[in-house]
Amino acid sequence: MLARYRFPGRPLLNALVHLPLVLPPVVTGWLLLIIFGIRGPIGSLLYDWLGIRLAFTTAGASLAAGVMTFPVMVRAVRLSLEAADLGLEQAARTLGAGRLDRLFNITLPLASPGILVGGIVAYATCLGEFGAIITFAANIPGQTQTLPLAIYTALQVPGGEATAAKLSLVSLTLALIGLLLSEWIGKRLNAALGR
Amino acid sequence: MSLAIRLRHRFPSVQMDVAFETPTPGVTVLFGPSGAGKSTIIAAAAGLLRPDECRVVVDGQVLADTEAGIWLPPERRRVGLVFQDARLFPHMSVATNLRFGLRRAAPGTVRFDEVVELLGIGALLLRRPHTLSGGERQRVAIGRALLAQPRLLLMDEPLASLDAGRKAEILPYLTRLKTALRLPVIYVTHALDEVIQLADSMVLIEAGRVIASGPLSDVASRADLPLAQRDDAGALLLCRVAEHDAGRELTRLEGGGASFWVPLLDAPLLSDCRVRIPAREVILAGKPPDAISLHNIVPGTVRRIAAQAERRSVLVEIALPSGALLARVTPDAIIRLRLSPGAPVLALIKSTSIEVLGA
Repeated sequence: MLARYRFPGRPLLNALVHLPLVLPPVVTGWLLLIIFGIRGPIGSLLYDWLGIRLAFTTAGASLAAGVMTFPVMVRAVRLSLEAADLGLEQAARTLGAGRLDRLFNITLPLASPGILVGGIVAYATCLGEFGAIITFAANIPGQTQTLPLAIYTALQVPGGEATAAKLSLVSLTLALIGLLLSEWIGKRLNAALGR
Repeated sequence: MSLAIRLRHRFPSVQMDVAFETPTPGVTVLFGPSGAGKSTIIAAAAGLLRPDECRVVVDGQVLADTEAGIWLPPERRRVGLVFQDARLFPHMSVATNLRFGLRRAAPGTVRFDEVVELLGIGALLLRRPHTLSGGERQRVAIGRALLAQPRLLLMDEPLASLDAGRKAEILPYLTRLKTALRLPVIYVTHALDEVIQLADSMVLIEAGRVIASGPLSDVASRADLPLAQRDDAGALLLCRVAEHDAGRELTRLEGGGASFWVPLLDAPLLSDCRVRIPAREVILAGKPPDAISLHNIVPGTVRRIAAQAERRSVLVEIALPSGALLARVTPDAIIRLRLSPGAPVLALIKSTSIEVLGA
């Protein structure tokens, strides 16, 4: 939507989506707490009607991680959609393909490498989320503790360096795998598209 | 049946106001310099661009009439479009590309096997577009457009991005298509050789306006049009093979109400062909010369004399019983022969200077 259409409020939506990228994560977490906390405008509705509690839960940690990585994802999808050749869509139109037909058979397949790579990078970023999660979902082992949180906790304990080193290694491995995987998949898909 | 297009559109730099009507089926060439507005006409006919005012009617079917509020979107027009860059879908095989339009169209008369055969792309079906040469890609693009069962085929400089060799490879396929599938075609180009081989009708466009339109042989042999300004100006005649003289190694063609001897052709009797006679190869005479190697002494009447000052030459349009010839001569020759519109004249043409093209 951000890639193709001009509509009133587009710059505002664009800015909102990208805000977590530039805002200090702690601020994002705190804003989430205000909005989705038990007494927040959306949080209280969710709790009263559906019994869902987000603050200081695993779901909340996921939400925080999602919000933080959303802009990364949006940027990847948007860049690949913008790079998609409008000429090919025009060709599809003259061949009788309607709007959805074109989206699913031409635009999305051609943008798929970018979208996939964006997804993997976003996943890797997720694993490293720290500030927003500790503020919104706290640091509860087994529930909302992410890798960096665990490393930080281990470092606070005397003699915890060994644990921290092990966890850091895990983190490093996951990040590397993510990056290599995205590179490899991107190459494969692009080759299939003849680029 | 006919195809009528009218459009008016104001661009920042130029005001377009174009209208023409042309018989169908047949190939109508839009000819003119780049920036004249040819591609705008194509885009409007396909529905990809909506001009301020536009009306497109193909064989009685109204595809667009902005005054009446009719504007069919491209996907519902059944108008095929072949772009200059083939625009094949890179993530599909050649066969899937070809079937893209076919699967989405109502059953029609254009068959898959027939198109593959006509375009000679049978060996390419399983390949990916990026492994094809430019010429192959363009043939696939033409096939894909045809298989969508269009009621009108638009071709926007389909050969412009190809080198001379590739172009020569595709032109015969286009000629075959033209005779095999009786379809209205609008063909944009600024290459004269494509016009000569493919066009039935011609619309000359300059700076957003139509300056002449009509059957190819009429437009091509008018001395007052920009075409006549070119070095390679010449008349075009649709001819029929009338006689082979194997002994003298000559063939006699009939066209424009006259006869022309050319070096022996390898074509069946009564078959059609196109003949181009370059204006600079035509000599004018008041009375027939004798003892001369020449085979063709064609009587006609001077219709128009157009001076081309910057060339220090004059282009003479000579009317034949049906059709015309062009001759480029010096102003002095006009004075010596006392030529003026209406005067009888003889056109002397070497048989080897007549260019014979396929049907």
